[in-house]
Amino acid sequence: MSTLSRDEVAKLAALARIEMTESELVELSSQFGTILDAVARVQELNLDGVKATSHPQPLENIARPDVVQASLSPADALSGAPAQEDQRFRVPQILGEE
Amino acid sequence: MIFKTAVEMADALAKKEVSSVELTQSHLDRIAAVDGDVKAFLHVDSEGALAQAAAVDGDRAAGKKVSPLAGIPLALKDVLAQKGVPTTAGSKILQGWKPPYDSTVVSKLKDAGVVILGKTNMDEFAMGSSTENSGYGPTFNPWDLTRTPGGSSGGSAAAVSAFEAPLAIGSDTGGSIRQPAALTGIVGVRPTYGAVSRYGLIAYSSSLDQAGPFGRTVLDTAMLHEVMAGYDSHDATSINAPVPAVVAAAKSGDVKGMKIGVIKQLQGEGYQKGVQTRFTESLDLLASLGAEIVEVDCPSFEFALAAYYLIAPSECSSNLARFDAMRYGLRTGDEGGASAEAVMAATRDAGFGREVKRRIIIGTYALSSGYYDAYYGSAQKIRTLIIQDYAKAFAAADVLVSPTAPTTAYKIGEKVDDPMAMYLGDVATIPVNLAGICGMSLPAGLADEDNLPVGFQIMAPAMQDQRLYQAGAALEAALSSKWGGTLITKAPALAGGTR
Repeated sequence: MSTLSRDEVAKLAALARIEMTESELVELSSQFGTILDAVARVQELNLDGVKATSHPQPLENIARPDVVQASLSPADALSGAPAQEDQRFRVPQILGEE
Repeated sequence: MIFKTAVEMADALAKKEVSSVELTQSHLDRIAAVDGDVKAFLHVDSEGALAQAAAVDGDRAAGKKVSPLAGIPLALKDVLAQKGVPTTAGSKILQGWKPPYDSTVVSKLKDAGVVILGKTNMDEFAMGSSTENSGYGPTFNPWDLTRTPGGSSGGSAAAVSAFEAPLAIGSDTGGSIRQPAALTGIVGVRPTYGAVSRYGLIAYSSSLDQAGPFGRTVLDTAMLHEVMAGYDSHDATSINAPVPAVVAAAKSGDVKGMKIGVIKQLQGEGYQKGVQTRFTESLDLLASLGAEIVEVDCPSFEFALAAYYLIAPSECSSNLARFDAMRYGLRTGDEGGASAEAVMAATRDAGFGREVKRRIIIGTYALSSGYYDAYYGSAQKIRTLIIQDYAKAFAAADVLVSPTAPTTAYKIGEKVDDPMAMYLGDVATIPVNLAGICGMSLPAGLADEDNLPVGFQIMAPAMQDQRLYQAGAALEAALSSKWGGTLITKAPALAGGTR
């Protein structure tokens, strides 16, 4: 049976930028074994030489003609902002204290 | 009037026997009467709906040509952006957000004069199979209010099943249209990947997500399918080809000489007895109508569930990175000089529910270096094998069939603490999503042991969606003549609602 320790879950949560309470970490770590065992079935088959599919359709890059088109107004673009200032998104500090 | 089909309503509107305002108001009254129990809607936009209805009535009075579904009310899954109307994807992280633009699906509905009654409940970010993972509480199955309507499009399915709307739109990443349609006794279609624009569809797993129609009959569903599908330059994965003639196919409903393949791997062990019985009966009916039934082998389907529960969480862990508390949505912990990173982590803790966190963590794990090849890489290869299995099967049959879900609707709370048990309910629907093809669920009757609806799934190759409707209409007609009406007309009456 696979396991993922409380500390490993904490590390993944930090990477995913989700703060988690102690009880959430413990609950997730206890559920992970079952889920990992189930999904690990993908390793049961010999997949040598099988191509990977990332998408159901052949994708190609599509560019539209470079013509100016109407887009969202600044007011519309900012309409859902948690905080704004001078027609810009106001965000918490992104650099450490000076 | 609300108990009629969308086609009958459209006919009454065209003959001016009823106005769209009257029709819309009857549905709003129905919602007021029963939605306290069903809880299909997160937001009812009475004002917007009545305004849209009045506009269609005006056009009709002025003698303008209107589209076939003009003036017909519809329920919209809260995963699709509608300008100025609260759109949450069932998540607290988007509580109160009003999109500054319309999704392409909504634009198409508005252009066709379809009246949007409101936004329906769903598992948060479409992650779930019971609508219990909504940040706003569960939706209840109109057939039995102690049970789930399935999910993730449970609100849309329940709204149609409870006669709160004749039509609804859902989205299907692993079965989220077909499974709730099965559990609520209605018709639901997941169109071919790329057939319906994803512009403005809040992303869960971008290579699997697809919006599609719900209706109480195959023909109603086809009418909505034709309105919402079509090429869109705003979606790079949109297929630039004509919409398959689904309405014509639903009207023909002829299966004489059609080869129907039964997938060996999607039946038997793990499937409820009553589900299996109704499925086999439907097959016999199709055979009696002149279809040829063959068995097909899809050995890699055994691994589809495992592949899906790696691919979808991987893509979601990336897609949901956009909920960062900076440009829209919830922001918490922004005080005392907290860093952007700390605010982000606190907001995502407060805004995301348990299942969303679980999937983001699984995805982060599956994509992390050292595990990537073993998990995500292997899952992508299984995906190739599933596509190859389908190709072989479709060489032997025009459509493939299976039960839609292994069981009928389960009790609210029954599986909520056991994620793996919940995931197993998607075993028959997931292969369609991994291959990017199309699938339909339609009612096959009630299971003997619990008197709850059973779904019959039909699958067809990419951009052959009309085959779903052709076979579906044939089966529906045969079953309805046996039952003396479609299955939904046998649903129990809801308190507060007359019949």
